[in-house]
Amino acid sequence: MASYSTNEFKGGLKVMLDGDPCSIVENEFVKPGKGQAFNRVKLRNLKTGRVWERTFRSGESLEAADVMDREMEYLYNDGEFYHFMEPDTFEQHPASVEAVGDAAKWLKEQDICTVTLYNGSPLAVTPPNHVILEITDTDPGLRGDTAQGGNKPATLSTGAVVKVPLFLEIGETIKVDTRTGEYLGRAKDD
Amino acid sequence: MTEHTWQPTASLAALRQRAALLARVRQFFAERQVLEAEVPVLSRRATSDPHIDSITALLNGDAAYLATSPEFGLKRLLAAGLGDCYYLGKAFREGEAGGRHNPEFTMLEWYRCGWDDRALMLEVGELLRTLLDIETVESLSYRELFLQHLGLDPHTAGIEPLRECTAENVELSFAPADRDECLDLLMSHYLEPRMGPGITLLYDFPASQAALAKVLPDDTGRPVARRFEAYVGGLELANGYWELTDAEEQLRRFEADHRYRGAHKLHVYPYEERLVEALRAGMPECAGVALGIDRLLMLAGGYRRIEEVIAFPVGRA
Repeated sequence: MASYSTNEFKGGLKVMLDGDPCSIVENEFVKPGKGQAFNRVKLRNLKTGRVWERTFRSGESLEAADVMDREMEYLYNDGEFYHFMEPDTFEQHPASVEAVGDAAKWLKEQDICTVTLYNGSPLAVTPPNHVILEITDTDPGLRGDTAQGGNKPATLSTGAVVKVPLFLEIGETIKVDTRTGEYLGRAKDD
Repeated sequence: MTEHTWQPTASLAALRQRAALLARVRQFFAERQVLEAEVPVLSRRATSDPHIDSITALLNGDAAYLATSPEFGLKRLLAAGLGDCYYLGKAFREGEAGGRHNPEFTMLEWYRCGWDDRALMLEVGELLRTLLDIETVESLSYRELFLQHLGLDPHTAGIEPLRECTAENVELSFAPADRDECLDLLMSHYLEPRMGPGITLLYDFPASQAALAKVLPDDTGRPVARRFEAYVGGLELANGYWELTDAEEQLRRFEADHRYRGAHKLHVYPYEERLVEALRAGMPECAGVALGIDRLLMLAGGYRRIEEVIAFPVGRA
């Protein structure tokens, strides 16, 4: 595997640190006028999502991590694994509950997600920014004044709970931003 | 957004501020009868500093180096009798690039005959107050800064306590090799961020970090480098010395630097033997200091990154 020197470190570069794949967030060159040069680096551990700070001697290098992002179709959950498929090769990849993490509550069959592969296996799953899901449970709608403010919780077909306007009913489909969990509108409004 | 790489990275306002700042610096020295002097930027000799690399050029087919500072040239002029003088122009350092570094940068360096480091330090404070409109100036010794924040004496602490203190306060990918590496890490990662927003003048550095400063006993009898640094809000701006004038000691330091660079597999550049000759001929007792103009401009204009004050930084040069 290739390796990268501190002067090649830049945001997004995938490297191995302490045995875990990491993505470089920030690389700051630090050098006292009469002292040695260091690189103060922030890295996101791709397994845990935690951000590490680490100082290297300038010129040190890290091994590249075999990490790549692929667009894949979500197929189904067999109770243990979430199955994804590469649309061009039809190759299937089972992702563990840990790899899917919080993305689970947005996964709808046939939606296209970003699956991060590490050494060929799913490490993390990012749902589409916008998903369209059906309301399966919510308090009865308040008819009439749709301009009125206020909202209520609604459970969606995937299990996610989002705040929606008071007039929405069970069975309606809505558009949600998965990054913020925010209601964007009725799906049919598009 | 499309990037037009022909354009400057600095705003036109920043470039106008730069011109005004340079004019004020020249005025400051004109009022004090300090003479502007030019020295070669391209030279057949280079710095011996263990932690500074020179950029190599070709001159009539032979290696020549872009000056990392105007120090050797100015000192030869001092030995020739020019008197108080300054250089305001470009200096170059290989591999130094980042938010606060550009390999080509603007340096101000000046010398005061008959002064020591303490007197020159006060003048640096005065220049910074004038240019930055900052009133708070704190001066303290390197030892006091370490004692205040870390409770250890940087001159006497052993390598093990220093390593422990460094490991506790800095997340490292390596074990520091020696005392100076620990001290550099603590300074840059722990102490600089804890300095006040005003001007901090730090003096009496460890003797092992003397570079070209005199080494003399401090009031506790401990040998220290008569070297100082100026910081504003924790950003390192200037480095000054009560200058070494002893030719034989100068030669020993050049040779020690060469041994260090050789042992660490760093490129060994030819040192400036004409500086040794100038010292033998007699350079007046003096103090000298170098100050980074780009960083000064960052502070004056509230800019966060060096490319905001340089028209064409290395990525567009």
